[in-house]
Amino acid sequence: MGILEVKNVNKRFGGLQALGDVNLSVAENTVHAIIGPNGAGKSTLLNVLVGKLIPDTGSVMFDGQSVLGRKPYEINQMGISRVFQTPEIFGDLTVMENMMIACFAQRDGAFRMHAVGSMWSERDIVATAEDMLESMNLQDKRDMHSASMSRGDKRRLEIAMCLAQSPRLLLLDEPTAGMSRSDTNNTIDLLKKIKQDRDITIAIIEHDMHVVFSLAERITVLAQGTPLVEDTPEKIKGHPKVREAYLGESQVAA
Amino acid sequence: MLGLKKHDLSLLIIVAILTMAAPFLLNPFPTESGMAQFNAGYPDLMQKFVIFGIFAIGFNILFGLTGYLSFGHAAFLGVGSYACVWMFKLLGYNVLPGILLSIVVSGLFALLIGVITLRRSGIYFSILTLAFAQMSFALAYSVLSNPKFNLTNGETGLQVYADDPQWFHSDRLPDLPHLFGLSMRATHRMELGAWEFQFNVGYYMCAVIMLLCFYLAIRIFRSPFGLMLRAVKSNQQRMNYTGLNSRPYTLAAFVISGMYAGLAGGLLSAVDPLAGAERMQWTASGEVVLMTILGGAGTLIGPVLGAGLIKYFENIFSKINESVLHGWFGFLPDGLEDFVITLVYPFVGKGWHLTLGVIFMLVVIFLPGGLVEGGQRIGRLFRGKKPSGAAKSATTEPAE
Repeated sequence: MGILEVKNVNKRFGGLQALGDVNLSVAENTVHAIIGPNGAGKSTLLNVLVGKLIPDTGSVMFDGQSVLGRKPYEINQMGISRVFQTPEIFGDLTVMENMMIACFAQRDGAFRMHAVGSMWSERDIVATAEDMLESMNLQDKRDMHSASMSRGDKRRLEIAMCLAQSPRLLLLDEPTAGMSRSDTNNTIDLLKKIKQDRDITIAIIEHDMHVVFSLAERITVLAQGTPLVEDTPEKIKGHPKVREAYLGESQVAA
Repeated sequence: MLGLKKHDLSLLIIVAILTMAAPFLLNPFPTESGMAQFNAGYPDLMQKFVIFGIFAIGFNILFGLTGYLSFGHAAFLGVGSYACVWMFKLLGYNVLPGILLSIVVSGLFALLIGVITLRRSGIYFSILTLAFAQMSFALAYSVLSNPKFNLTNGETGLQVYADDPQWFHSDRLPDLPHLFGLSMRATHRMELGAWEFQFNVGYYMCAVIMLLCFYLAIRIFRSPFGLMLRAVKSNQQRMNYTGLNSRPYTLAAFVISGMYAGLAGGLLSAVDPLAGAERMQWTASGEVVLMTILGGAGTLIGPVLGAGLIKYFENIFSKINESVLHGWFGFLPDGLEDFVITLVYPFVGKGWHLTLGVIFMLVVIFLPGGLVEGGQRIGRLFRGKKPSGAAKSATTEPAE
């Protein structure tokens, strides 16, 4: 039994079958990549996992508990953190404040009225946030307006915020989209290091095959809303069905 | 000290000094001089400055921090006013129970409205709050004022009548709002040469309460709760995916700012025991939005400055009439005098809204951060000049 179990999930948008009978099992402490051509339903699946969409049928279990019908913040508190395709951070706030929000969410839960003491007098929060920034090499940008950072830095901050919550499952939605080659390689190294240092399961949606094959231990290929194959990277590479999905039938025949 | 950082503490001290010395500072012109009409240091107006300051500080906790623009905050002001006058009618003229009840009642009212309106955000939230406030206004103006059940006394406004119970009233106490016997209207006049300064009990009570409110607002701004409210404004999506439920945070902010508004309403009744429905009208809600944006939304001192500026215009600028203008421009040749007055007249007296509108547009276009941003720019100009001047002299010296 994996930490994340998706069973018979269907999702329709009007006439479009976005997800058709999706079954997926993500084993604990692995890096599992979900790939597929545009419109394969990768993002829809991700949105189902984090509670943004509710599937028409099927079940999604995380660590033995259903996530369906729960609000995104509840699912996050269960231990699933999500990194977005375009980095979602608190752009109006400083890097340190961004980090502290994540630390507060980890310590105090979804809501706590804490309106009189100064936020800087919460020594444990300040210390954890500073440690996290240091481990991500962001300590020099501590007091910077986070919106004015480079894309790569924003991405690192977002990942750091997710990690501050000690999630058991980290979902990454095309984490290297729009990045330069060197930024992409840095992100790959960062994710490898995270995997090494922590007990964490990573599910990653990605277009860039370089990223997928550098990180993934298991790969699921989605096409037209249905999982085509699931296997190790070596086997996926030469799989005829995968080539067919990506390149189209005629080319395979030729 | 007081759990504040140095910067905030000095701001608090400056505001405290300004409010305590307001009777002097707002009366810079001798009583007999032509400029005396620009003096704002009389009790009625000074009370309005601090009371609407409280209203705006509270509004800013919601709007400035979370970005939720409520267009119905006057409803809480009105509810607070009615609650306070009811305490006068039932218990007696001591202002303390009235002020306390106005905070409690407006807090509960804000909780009720907040639970419903905060299901939506953005423009929908603004429209919902506006709708609620206009409903409250209609209730206060007509529905809740009938012979069978007269809660608000409709058009006339709620006031104390001779046959009201006033259980704790005794003949030793003043027959007007008072704080343990100290009448709100008691004013000490001090004449210094050509100047006259007025020290009013009602003003000082409201000023002390405003300082407490201001202090509390600073604490809220700097607290983890304040950080979460800023997170709401910045990115709700990230907030939800960071495991934080934004709804209770916005609701708490809404209730707190509703309580500030209720307190302001209670104080309005405390200094003048007459509560009318027009306090709940949408123009009153719009006024606090103007005050906050004009002064600088999201800044600590901005809303107080905005409230002061608008109330000053409303009370001082509006008093400049045609004869005053003739007095000013009398030195000009006749034809020119009439021409200048025709030009200026629409902007003063009853036309003070026009001037306010122009100022508002200029501020929003050129100083999006409000008056506070203006102050910061001037401050930077002064501070910026010194180092650059020093650098210049340093580079020119070797050349010589």
